[in-house]
Amino acid sequence: MVITRAGKKGLRLAIASGKGGTGKTTVTAALASIWSQALCRPVLAVDCDVEEPNLHLFLRPVIRRAETAKLEVPMVAEAALCADCGACRELCQFGAVTVMAGKPLVFPEMCHGCGGCLAVCPTGALVAGSRELGRIEEGATETAGYLAGRLRIGEAQSPPLIRAVLARLARIAEPAADVLIDAPPGVSCPAVTTVSGADAVLLVAEPTPFGIHDFELAVEAFTPLGKPMAVAINRSGPGTPELLALCRGHNLPVLAEIANDRVVAETYARGGLLHEAGAHYRAACFALARSLAELPQTAREAAHA
Amino acid sequence: MPEIVVLSGKGGAGKTSVTAAFAAMSRNAVLCDLDVDAPDLHILLAPRNSRREPFVAGHLAAIDPARCDGCGECAARCRYGAVSAADRDRFVINPAHCEGCKVCVVLCPRQAILFTPRTCGVSAVSDTRFGPFVHARLDPGAENSGRLVALLRQKAKALAKEQGRDLILADGAPGIACPVVSSITGASLAVLVTEPTPSGSHDLGRVATLCDHFKLPTAVLLNKADLNADEAARIEDACRDAGRPIVGRLPYSPDVTAAMAARQTLPEYGGPLAEALAEAWANVLNLAAAPKPQRNPF
Repeated sequence: MVITRAGKKGLRLAIASGKGGTGKTTVTAALASIWSQALCRPVLAVDCDVEEPNLHLFLRPVIRRAETAKLEVPMVAEAALCADCGACRELCQFGAVTVMAGKPLVFPEMCHGCGGCLAVCPTGALVAGSRELGRIEEGATETAGYLAGRLRIGEAQSPPLIRAVLARLARIAEPAADVLIDAPPGVSCPAVTTVSGADAVLLVAEPTPFGIHDFELAVEAFTPLGKPMAVAINRSGPGTPELLALCRGHNLPVLAEIANDRVVAETYARGGLLHEAGAHYRAACFALARSLAELPQTAREAAHA
Repeated sequence: MPEIVVLSGKGGAGKTSVTAAFAAMSRNAVLCDLDVDAPDLHILLAPRNSRREPFVAGHLAAIDPARCDGCGECAARCRYGAVSAADRDRFVINPAHCEGCKVCVVLCPRQAILFTPRTCGVSAVSDTRFGPFVHARLDPGAENSGRLVALLRQKAKALAKEQGRDLILADGAPGIACPVVSSITGASLAVLVTEPTPSGSHDLGRVATLCDHFKLPTAVLLNKADLNADEAARIEDACRDAGRPIVGRLPYSPDVTAAMAARQTLPEYGGPLAEALAEAWANVLNLAAAPKPQRNPF
């Protein structure tokens, strides 16, 4: 099934949260499964939670292509060439390169891949090498395209791999396809790197004291990016009125409210999808997809109102 | 001095509720929240009398518009996409994307780029009803979470020495990257909180492998243990094969949220979870006193 919308650019939506475990992956997987049916538009699901990628556990994609993602880091070409000028050591802000007894010494795992030492080394003692960041996998399910990053265990930096996944996305995504990006939890550099690559944001929030606290952090972190943002409430319960009031205060539309239901937890624990937990949840997922498709438009109108 | 860090790989597995419960049962510990990105432990520990300090780490580049002639060398050199053209003959740096690598500063032919120390957040030492508490908050979108974690651990160790405390108990970050790596190097025991779901099991495997990589002994606490009996059995089998002790099993229970809403730790809230956690804590203390070597099944 190829569906195109002549001249229309697809929506690129990041599904994020401050707190981990609020249901980002649950929502992303359900949306990816029903999206093309609900909206008659092609969709690509992207897992940018590269430290703990879980989307594949629920979507079970067929992987067609996998590649190793690498970061350019310096390596010593020939120690004897070193002029002992110390330019590399003075430049490096991450303690990844130094000069000892007139010879360069590289700690590749500390390197952030800025390329500075290679640019300033006057003799060619340092040349470009690489460090493995992880894997990038591409494939498809019956209903969606699939792209994911998987951080190598032991690799401390996730943003370079996230950037590599987003660069791959730019190359492979059909312009008209909608893209659903499962973001890493939190509000520091990995989450912000991911959300920066989207043009709208869905925050999945849970109305517990931890969830509400981290929701506020997420709003604080992502609002300056200036992207249309909406909220889905998961495990709705006694704290929901407080969360709804916060959303009203921040002028954030609440597009779905999922009950705190053991059936949903058990469905998830079996590897099932949210819309499979019951007709009510299926309807909620379809409604959420339709409201999300309108989100940039809704946000524009709200801004002009 | 034993240093116990509670991790989970997957977020939302119950790490912070478990850490808070352990904190309530600890006798003479320094408590620590190493999840500097989205810290929540303070919500249950209610810190008071906080001594705060700005966390300054790394630098931020900024272009002096008076000296920029628009040559674009900085934009061509920046690998983080932080530099963009403001107009035809001037460039600007987006602080959200600046890595603080200094490349543009050094290579700018007009020396037009300033490089100033960057405040990335705030750290604090506070008092709680369970003992001293070292915590922090990274500014939203900020870098250097690993350095902040390292700083908190230093503070916790210094505090423990100064006050004659005999244990450090820390809540870790989710995931397996920078802040987690920084929280486990040289610790004595990682308690891995997991849940019997596909994500819980998958993420436990990754964080356990990371701990093995750093030769840190691990123990597993199975939360929401009755959500999926088959998956729970698979996790227990894998842990047994790896010589990873299971220190406790907690049922799926609304008590966790109810206790949280009451701003209580589970031992204070009481009930069956409190009993299971008391047993788990006794097991953890035994392991922390005498950690055993393990091998990696994953």
